[in-house]
Amino acid sequence: MSDIGYSSAQAQSAGRPVEAEASFGDYFALLKPRVMTLVVFTAFVGMVAAPVPIHPFIGFCAILFIALGGGASGALNMWWDADIDAVMKRTRGRPIPKGNVLPQEALGIGLTLSGLSVMMLGLATNWLAGAMLAFTIFFYVVIYTMWLKRTTPQNIVIGGAAGAFPPVIGWLAATGSMSVEPWLMFLLTFIWTPPHFWALALFMRSDYDDAGVPMLTVTHGRRATRIHILVYTVLMAVLAIGTAFTAVGGPIYLTVAVVLNALFLAGAFRIWRRDETMAEADNFRVERRFFRLSLIFLFAHFAAIMVEALLKPYGLGGWG
Amino acid sequence: MSFREPHELHRRRFGRNLGVGLVLGAFVALVFGLTVVKVTNTDFGMAPVQQEAK
Repeated sequence: MSDIGYSSAQAQSAGRPVEAEASFGDYFALLKPRVMTLVVFTAFVGMVAAPVPIHPFIGFCAILFIALGGGASGALNMWWDADIDAVMKRTRGRPIPKGNVLPQEALGIGLTLSGLSVMMLGLATNWLAGAMLAFTIFFYVVIYTMWLKRTTPQNIVIGGAAGAFPPVIGWLAATGSMSVEPWLMFLLTFIWTPPHFWALALFMRSDYDDAGVPMLTVTHGRRATRIHILVYTVLMAVLAIGTAFTAVGGPIYLTVAVVLNALFLAGAFRIWRRDETMAEADNFRVERRFFRLSLIFLFAHFAAIMVEALLKPYGLGGWG
Repeated sequence: MSFREPHELHRRRFGRNLGVGLVLGAFVALVFGLTVVKVTNTDFGMAPVQQEAK
């Protein structure tokens, strides 16, 4: 028996056709690399904005382990959600629904990387940062994915917290102690997440419905979703502009926050004013534009915080 | 004599093994780097007992 024949039998007995055997890229895709970029960037900003300098190599390792922890929770999320991922258009191409990776492989990779990332972050920086990373993974996998995602229309609000923790972990890795500023950065992502995903849910129409995920659009209707987007955007404007007057803010951040929040509010107002007939007539143009703006919105706010922090040594950043 | 063209499955496995090998190599380098930084960092000091013994 050739080893190809042997592997075919092995793979088929494991429930996977041999032509679908995973490549390295499939395992990497389990870690949700696109989400990881947001995690890396916000954790980096949290670290740079911290008042205590960190050794560049330790900083690099800390960001890497935070990203790895985020990736591990992504793999565990794909393991648990394989059934609904197979139904939704947006997630149908993920490695498990495609049949390239077995659910138990994703579970194994997720658990191993979770343990490794927490332990390494704790050893490289401090155990408070390690504990916060462990809590983030627990929150995303157990509280959000296993518990709330399929039971409450507020899933995205609470789940947003998991994605908002990285700047706090970055700050903790540098300082080893807690303060108010990283929690302001946490709130920026936390309040930003619901309108970002609800705009997506408005134009991805039947996806969440087909999967039976209780998105606000499904449980409370599309009108209620439009109102919610506007309310969260108003809250966002207050928070984002208020942050400008704290230790992590400054004139550059204030300018960015004022311009982007004005645009964001205008977009949310347009979404609120529209009904479904209008939205369908132009194929959700306003909702799609709002969604794209939301991506730039978060990136620009964190970039402005980073610029303020990087300019401080030259006496330029912050309020002096 | 010429070698047979490797099966697609073998190529995929080679890619996977190479990927895992590189990741493990990078991890070893990372741990080594961390050790060097931690040991040479200024705030690193010997335990008082060790200092007395010296």
